[in-house]
Amino acid sequence: MIEVKNIDKFFDNGTRQILFNVSAKFYDGKTNLIIGQSGSGKTVLVKNIVGLFKPDKGEILYDGRDITRMSAKQMKEIRKEIGMLFQGSALFDSETVIGNVMFPLRMFSHLSSEEQLERAHFCIDRVNLTGSEDKFPAELSGGMQKRAAIARAIALNPKYLFCDEPNSGLDPKTSIVIDDLLSDITHEYGITTIINTHDMNSVMGIGENIVFINKGHVGWIGNKDEIYNVDNDELNRFVYATDLFSDVRKYRLEHGYKRSIQ
Amino acid sequence: MTALEKFGTYCTFMVQSIGVPEKWKEFFKRYINEIYKLGIDSIPLILIVSLFIGSLCTILIKLNISNPIFPRYSVGMTTREIILLEFSSSILCLILSGKIGSNIASEIGTMRVTEQIDALEIMGINSANFLVMPKVLGLITIMPFMVIICMATSLFGGYFICVLTGIVDVDTYIYGIQSKFIEWYVWFALIKSLFFAYIISSISAFYGYTVKGGSVEVGQASTDAVVMSNIMILVADVILTKLMLQ
Repeated sequence: MIEVKNIDKFFDNGTRQILFNVSAKFYDGKTNLIIGQSGSGKTVLVKNIVGLFKPDKGEILYDGRDITRMSAKQMKEIRKEIGMLFQGSALFDSETVIGNVMFPLRMFSHLSSEEQLERAHFCIDRVNLTGSEDKFPAELSGGMQKRAAIARAIALNPKYLFCDEPNSGLDPKTSIVIDDLLSDITHEYGITTIINTHDMNSVMGIGENIVFINKGHVGWIGNKDEIYNVDNDELNRFVYATDLFSDVRKYRLEHGYKRSIQ
Repeated sequence: MTALEKFGTYCTFMVQSIGVPEKWKEFFKRYINEIYKLGIDSIPLILIVSLFIGSLCTILIKLNISNPIFPRYSVGMTTREIILLEFSSSILCLILSGKIGSNIASEIGTMRVTEQIDALEIMGINSANFLVMPKVLGLITIMPFMVIICMATSLFGGYFICVLTGIVDVDTYIYGIQSKFIEWYVWFALIKSLFFAYIISSISAFYGYTVKGGSVEVGQASTDAVVMSNIMILVADVILTKLMLQ
């Protein structure tokens, strides 16, 4: 489990505060979503959690280990337990798909070349990219790039998986494929998965633990089933910004429909 | 960012990039790759430029020192001195900084804006060390060989123009390039080239690594890297010449 406690983050020499006393818990084996409007501070929160930024106040606990007090060497060990899927996939252009997936294995595992190859093929197969091993990132579609990045992220069997806008730039159908893949991997390996998104399809589909960030504050914490009945204007304005979700909510409230939409 | 702040950031960056590689096998793979990419791939450019500059030097020197006071072999000798002392190291590196510098800055800059460097950091890899060390060491390794190729090709360019046009008698030219030869000048050029290789690779890597924004900023960083490398090569050239030749 990852727990953030009372995080503050400032920029511009302390003149601009982005995060205000943010506290939240992210659970093992669950898809934890951080949602919020663009500019709300959710990416800053994720970058603090993964250690790309250092918070000005507060604690970030990885299974009780506070990374804000760790030395660079200790942090390096924690990083080996982290996989990350970036918004733009961040695949290495000079490497093929198999090269990208093997990269963390080459750098950090003690596996033989044959074992590395076997593991890489397993990961590529797990994300349904078999047949694209020798392609370069530029030869892949957006969805395939995301899947290759997921394969790379899970290559070292991470305990923690971070995904920054995994559906950005993807069509709805491919987005669902990526969501399902992330959800399956999370449950299969018991990973603590944190997904930073503003895609409402993802929220309604895989949001087992949702943290809503509003203007740098935690606006609401719950899950996809609870989100329909919340009396929170800021959250409702964000969630029901589209007519479709607004109508769904109206229907559910009128008909007393409590079960989640599958 | 002021010039002093930038210099401080550069120094911090270089300290960060120095260190024991995470995996030696991966380092050597990248090191060999950089030697090939930055060095071997530049040889056609070096051959073309050197051949023409060598020819041009011979023609211009012949035109300017055609005087009874100077012996006829002066053309070959002066051509050799220009090539050894300045062209094969300084001017060649100024030319190469355009090709190699922009290549390094744009490659690392693109990795920065597409979050590939963040991906390395997340994995726990010292990205500066991983990306920059092989480039710096690779270019330092291959640069003296490129300088030697440049020297030979430039002298051949002079020979070639003598054969082609008869501007200077071929035997006189060959006698000229051998007369009063000072071996130290070759070493001087090779030593200078090591410094220039470091300047080109480290400054270009720095500009690429610290880029913020998108493709426009990467292009700007690439241009800035070449300009700054050129300036620093010239500054270093003056200092090294003063230190080593006087």
